[in-house]
Amino acid sequence: MAVFGKDEATVRKFGAGMAIPEFGEPSFNELKSLKHAKVAIVTTAALHREGGEGFELGDNDFHFETLPRDARDLTLGHHSVNFDRGGFAADINVVYPIDRLQELAENGTIGEVAENHYAFAGNQSDTVSEIRLDSGPLCAKEMLNEGVDIVILTGT
Amino acid sequence: MCPRTLCTLAHVFESAGLSTVVLTPMKELAERMKAPRTLHTDFPVGLSLGKPRDNKFQHEVLQAAFDLLQEPEGPVIKEFPVSISSVGNEPLVCSLPPRVNTELHPAIDEAQALKSAYDRAHQKNKRTSIGMQISAEKVPEALEKFVKIVEGEQWDEVGFPTNSMYGTVHDIRCYYEELACELAEGPIGPWSTEEWFYDKTAAGQLILQARRVMKDRDVEQSIWFGLAPAGRT
Repeated sequence: MAVFGKDEATVRKFGAGMAIPEFGEPSFNELKSLKHAKVAIVTTAALHREGGEGFELGDNDFHFETLPRDARDLTLGHHSVNFDRGGFAADINVVYPIDRLQELAENGTIGEVAENHYAFAGNQSDTVSEIRLDSGPLCAKEMLNEGVDIVILTGT
Repeated sequence: MCPRTLCTLAHVFESAGLSTVVLTPMKELAERMKAPRTLHTDFPVGLSLGKPRDNKFQHEVLQAAFDLLQEPEGPVIKEFPVSISSVGNEPLVCSLPPRVNTELHPAIDEAQALKSAYDRAHQKNKRTSIGMQISAEKVPEALEKFVKIVEGEQWDEVGFPTNSMYGTVHDIRCYYEELACELAEGPIGPWSTEEWFYDKTAAGQLILQARRVMKDRDVEQSIWFGLAPAGRT
């Protein structure tokens, strides 16, 4: 038997068979200028500050953590044994590319790196109704209040 | 890992007025969910940007993600042109210390000898993912409990608080993987720290042995199954 997370066919099958919600007519916002855009990262790696409360095990924790731009004392709260954690241990940017965004802002590729970034737990209820109706819209509001234009979404 | 959460958030953010790009290896799910913009990254789960400590590669991934913002309409999915496999990669080159105190179980001796490497990694990176159940200082003591299980004691009589074994192994594995990234020579390949921990270290071998012992004793599966990735024996 192959190790689950390393068995790419099984992982794809797992994703392909997952129950999904309906979204009706999806929105799609055009971007005017990357060079003037403020960019934030939202990750489902359940990152949190070291010593913080973090995320609960199970599918019921739909809150999000706020990660200030300069914070690097980050803990990987995704506790599953079935994925490669060594990459994050070596370099947080492989999950949370905050230093790469800073470099892109410094060389003028993007306008600005957001002051705050956000982390959710990837494991949510099958309906994902809590993040659709509660914490997701609240997170969007915080980003809009800060003037964010673009969100890069990463997982683990 | 859950791509469903990523794609859901993309819809929520886009409907609020933000422009989004999802990075995921789960192309089929992104297609089914009609995520507004998806960069299909055929990388192992856990490696959204593909390669740790490879700034150039990470910038290439981000550039491909930003390129999607020029698409006039969606949903749109583009392939990142480089794939990374979970298997067939170079093993981690990370030497283990010689025995220091032969009166101790090899796993406990090993964990104690590696503490300075862990401390160096923690000091350098100013972060750790240990703390779900125990601190780094408690790793040798936690391993002692697994020694007792292997030597015949019952799993619920060796001192694990209720529902703590899974989190304890999480922390032991983090301890080893974080110090391995400090000690290793060369790149950290996909799954290489996991393979090094379970295949090469005395601690990983001890945990696998304890897992087998509990299975053979018909201990409830939920107690021992998550102590290693599914499929490991």
